[in-house]
Amino acid sequence: MEILLQQIINGLVLGSMYALVALGYTMVYGIINLINFAHGEVLMVGALTAWSIIGLMKDGMPGAPGWVILILAMAIAAVVAAVLNFTIEKIAYRPLRNSPRLAPLITAIGMSIMLQTLAMIIWKPNYKAFPTLLPSTPFNIAGAVITPTQIMVLTVTVLALAVLTWLVNYTSLGRAMRATAENPRVASLMGVKPDTVISATFIIGAVLAAIAGVMYASNYGTAQHTMGLLPGLKAFTAAVFGGIGNLPGAVVGGVLLGLIESIGSGYLGKISGGLLGSHYTDILAFIVLITMLTLRPSGLLGERVADRA
Amino acid sequence: MKNTKTTVILSAIALLVLPLVLQSFGNAWVRIADMALLFVMLALGLNIVVGFAGLLDLGFVAFFAIGAYMYALMASPHLTEAFPWFAQLFPTGLHTPLWLVIPLSAFLAGVLGILLGAPTLRLRGDYLAIVTLGFGEIIRVFMNNLDHPVNITNGPKGIGQIDSITFFGYDLGKKLNIGGFEIASVTQYYYLFLALVVVSVIVCHRLELSRIGRAWMAVREDEIAAKAMGINTRDVKLMAFGMGATFGGVAGCMFAAFQGFISPESFGLMESVMIVAMVVLGGIGHLPGVILGAVLLSALPEVLRYVAGPLQAMTDGRLDSAILRQFLIALAMILVMLLRPRGLWPSPEHGKSLASAGK
Repeated sequence: MEILLQQIINGLVLGSMYALVALGYTMVYGIINLINFAHGEVLMVGALTAWSIIGLMKDGMPGAPGWVILILAMAIAAVVAAVLNFTIEKIAYRPLRNSPRLAPLITAIGMSIMLQTLAMIIWKPNYKAFPTLLPSTPFNIAGAVITPTQIMVLTVTVLALAVLTWLVNYTSLGRAMRATAENPRVASLMGVKPDTVISATFIIGAVLAAIAGVMYASNYGTAQHTMGLLPGLKAFTAAVFGGIGNLPGAVVGGVLLGLIESIGSGYLGKISGGLLGSHYTDILAFIVLITMLTLRPSGLLGERVADRA
Repeated sequence: MKNTKTTVILSAIALLVLPLVLQSFGNAWVRIADMALLFVMLALGLNIVVGFAGLLDLGFVAFFAIGAYMYALMASPHLTEAFPWFAQLFPTGLHTPLWLVIPLSAFLAGVLGILLGAPTLRLRGDYLAIVTLGFGEIIRVFMNNLDHPVNITNGPKGIGQIDSITFFGYDLGKKLNIGGFEIASVTQYYYLFLALVVVSVIVCHRLELSRIGRAWMAVREDEIAAKAMGINTRDVKLMAFGMGATFGGVAGCMFAAFQGFISPESFGLMESVMIVAMVVLGGIGHLPGVILGAVLLSALPEVLRYVAGPLQAMTDGRLDSAILRQFLIALAMILVMLLRPRGLWPSPEHGKSLASAGK
């Protein structure tokens, strides 16, 4: 039972990070129908920027408490990621808005490779130890443990989701975003500037991804230039799982995927009698995805839409 | 008309002489040409799926892997070493002839392609992309981990000592000596691969012009309209998946025999992405474009590897050839798409219809 509880905690932590990244995918997809392949790399850049900032601050102001450093690093990483994602959209996706559908996808893949390479040149390819800034003594809950970092991840995720919900539902920008997602042409007739909305979407997505990246790095204690790939893929899976283009769907998909993965990795060996070990965790997500899409092609919360492709 | 004939003959001669010229610079250069030909085959296969039928497949390398592992398992000492009962069955080791393995792997890859396609083809384009991507990852993870409890794929260590290709007792893995002129093993492979590419091009071209090819393009342009015209869209798409996969399987076989060693590393997501990039960069759905894309993306980076040596010394090891290569590939993908969104050498017919629609 303790194991199950422990896996649920780990799953929630993992899932909330997936959820934040998945939101970026789903928002971009909802508005311009593009799989932003470089999104995982934005997460990576966020994490590595934070790593550099933390290194600088530890030297510059040795007395500062860990959480202050972490918040500052997160904020700077978010700004850097936002500028980066804004630039990516402007350079690589905007000129291709009316081209064949595969063209922006290829530039997105190109961007992803390019960012990885640039990160490798800037930060060197070795694994970097991401410092633990919060106290490392874990709390006990009914036999399972939860570290302060994990509590931080859950809190920050809830906060970010609350802000995002407010932004999307109660501001004029949010209304413009929803209108553009619904129908870009009619939205622009109503005075919504599609380019502004799209830029804003990329910036919001980048901020969420950077936050997720910093949390991912502090939770696992490492950062590296390839760290964005797998969470990016999983988060996209989560977005599809929940119904792409649907914001609550991305969150539900992310959390569920995190739970499935962590419970799966805990029990996969037991269920299959040692045949499949925990190293099969990574494919669990995809198997769930394929099954899901076969049974309900529009995702958990997605509405059924006619084939637009 | 006469002009095209001379160009064809001239380019044929150039292609035939090329390895002999390259050989004199060193076998590594011929290897690059060999790999480029293999990638042309892969790109042609994927072009059936992505270019003709308009289905985005991001896990194509899985079929390549299946073909490669198929040949590796059936023509290397691995299985007999791993299973004693198997060794008793084949005391001299398992050396399945190519004639058996090629159809088998083509068949297996095709069946897997159809199996993967069957549940997923109802999905919208982008979902299909992610599902195929997932499939590619699943295959790779299995190759990586199927070394226990039963050692089938030998895990990340890969399978070595794979037989080279033999025709009627004539071994491509050995040097051939004709009147004092040595033809290296890689050069012989070059001719084999060239022949296969020519066959592939002919098959693709005939497919493109056939009834099924027209059906693919109809599905690509407008699925609902295609359905209304009486095309069984599901079968047609499955056929595209299966046929594309077949090419991947055969190319995989060749790859295993050519390299003599395979490991899951050669079949990652990056390879799938590269094959898609070849098709799209070259000119999606247009055979000469696809070939151009495949040659450019597979050969140029390898050539760079030889040029980039001094650069590494200049930049204190930060910018080594592998990094530079990756950087240039990425840059090429972005720039080509920005400047020529329809590829370097797009099909002209498409442009014509667009132009007339604009009038």
